[in-house]
Amino acid sequence: MIEGAAWRRWVFYNIPLILFVFVLLFPFYWMIITTFRPDGELYRPWNAANYMPFWTNNPTLEHIKYLFEETNFARWMLNTMFIAVSSTIISLFCGVLAGYALARLNFPWAGALGTMIFITYLVPQTLLFIPLAEIIRNFELGDTPWSLILTYPTFLIPFCTWLMMGYFKAIPKELEECARIDGASRWKAMVYIIIPCALPGILSAGIIAFTLSWNEFIYALVFLSSPDEKTVPVGVTSELIRGDVFFWGPLMAGALLGSIPVAIVYSFFVEHYVSGLTGSVKG
Amino acid sequence: MAVTAVPGVEVRRPIPRLRRLEDERWLALALLMPTAVLLGLFIAYPFVEGVLLSLSSARVGDPGHFVGLKNFAKIWDDSIFRTAVWNTFWYTGVTTVFKLALGLWLAMLLNRHFKGKALVRAFILLPFIIPTVLSTFAWKWMFDPTFSVINWSLFHLGIITQRINWLGDPDLAMTSIIIVNIWRGVPFFAISLLAGLQTISPELNEAAAIDGARPWARFWHITWPLLLPVTMVVMLFSVIQTFADFQLVYVMTGGGPANATQLFATYAYQLGIGTGLLSEGAAISLAMFPFLFIIVVAQLLYIRRVEVR
Repeated sequence: MIEGAAWRRWVFYNIPLILFVFVLLFPFYWMIITTFRPDGELYRPWNAANYMPFWTNNPTLEHIKYLFEETNFARWMLNTMFIAVSSTIISLFCGVLAGYALARLNFPWAGALGTMIFITYLVPQTLLFIPLAEIIRNFELGDTPWSLILTYPTFLIPFCTWLMMGYFKAIPKELEECARIDGASRWKAMVYIIIPCALPGILSAGIIAFTLSWNEFIYALVFLSSPDEKTVPVGVTSELIRGDVFFWGPLMAGALLGSIPVAIVYSFFVEHYVSGLTGSVKG
Repeated sequence: MAVTAVPGVEVRRPIPRLRRLEDERWLALALLMPTAVLLGLFIAYPFVEGVLLSLSSARVGDPGHFVGLKNFAKIWDDSIFRTAVWNTFWYTGVTTVFKLALGLWLAMLLNRHFKGKALVRAFILLPFIIPTVLSTFAWKWMFDPTFSVINWSLFHLGIITQRINWLGDPDLAMTSIIIVNIWRGVPFFAISLLAGLQTISPELNEAAAIDGARPWARFWHITWPLLLPVTMVVMLFSVIQTFADFQLVYVMTGGGPANATQLFATYAYQLGIGTGLLSEGAAISLAMFPFLFIIVVAQLLYIRRVEVR
């Protein structure tokens, strides 16, 4: 990189970067500060005197307490966790097998099938939610976690398959051939040689699938109805707003706590997440 | 290495079912089966069901009967639907331009060595990974008519004297959801484009600099063309997701005020689930399909052309 004097570096790089980081992270700061701010301070008009919006001297846990005592928040967290983990496992299982088949095996229609999976990758959830709700009702899955565990793979499998194809293609064919010469069946060569080599890819796909299912909203909104079955995004939306009244303290506390599992998973596997994200874009 | 069979002991043969998996075609069939079943049941079948539904007069609790293209004729004459179509295009177009420009800028800021780079990169992705509904609530709170921190800041910086009614005014409501969408999308663009930038050899830029190319010329003639394939794929994903967006608008404005921020998906939800007019809702959702199809085909063709070049 060709760079000039120090002031130029500040004007052209550091200051813009600081502004970017500030704007991108400010809403999260706002979430945190609102969570711990007592109601008395929260509902002060923006032009009130002595109003100090960016800090509070009277931090409180009342909003978090409200969340756990007055709503089913803990239940929503468990529901979301169960749904996200289950649908991630199903999608990884299907995606790894399908990715292997499409990347490694010669069979008729391989190209066409690959294209079809890529196209389903591009189908947004909002295209099919109404007929899908009917189908879920006909299968008598409505208002159960299975309605989501079975439908989330429709957007997770294509993604996992596509990502895994890239990883499988990068593993040298000779590795598998060696195993085959030593007498391993195709199935065993795949399970014991190729899939272990693709573990970093599986981890990336799993983490992204987990965050995507945690994030999903419209299916959960339409398929679930009883307060006990809801996921965090839907529960927060429907139970913390009564008519026109927004319970902003508990709402922000819910948003903060509801983000934490995703943030923890992400913080442990940032590199895997990023490589999966960029890998999916390279295609 | 020769296998010597011990006399008298039958060499154990794999059972026929497993032997069949030695054939690539059978193995492929077995491996693709779970995917095919799930995608068939929950994508292909709903799609067919959706088409049938949109051609019927079904409502909640009433299966209805075949009515041909009546639903589509009806939404075509529906002024709210037309607003929603226009809004969707405007929303998608404006956000994509900004996400690309800002994302590219951020990617270039990150594409050099500085202290704490890994940390900054990890933090700026947060808007993209935190569940959209939850982060959108933070924005809704920041845009609150009476307690807006944005208004407070602008007021104390001396930029405004009156409050700005972010979500109450039709034009400002659209601007607000556009801002939030850009905020959420920029990290994805930046990180993906950064990966693309890192594959471009710095020697190319240095050689051009030695030959006297100005920074702008270097960007336009070297970086941009080499980055184009990645850019197009990122745009493809982003455009589809934005075009079909639902949760952000649902939380921020619910399509209001006076349908000023209604999109395809929010209007389909409002009619199909809110009012119970299943057939019309399905028709509105499906009306997205031709647009999405054209966008995907056009971008895929363009990507192929760019990659061949």
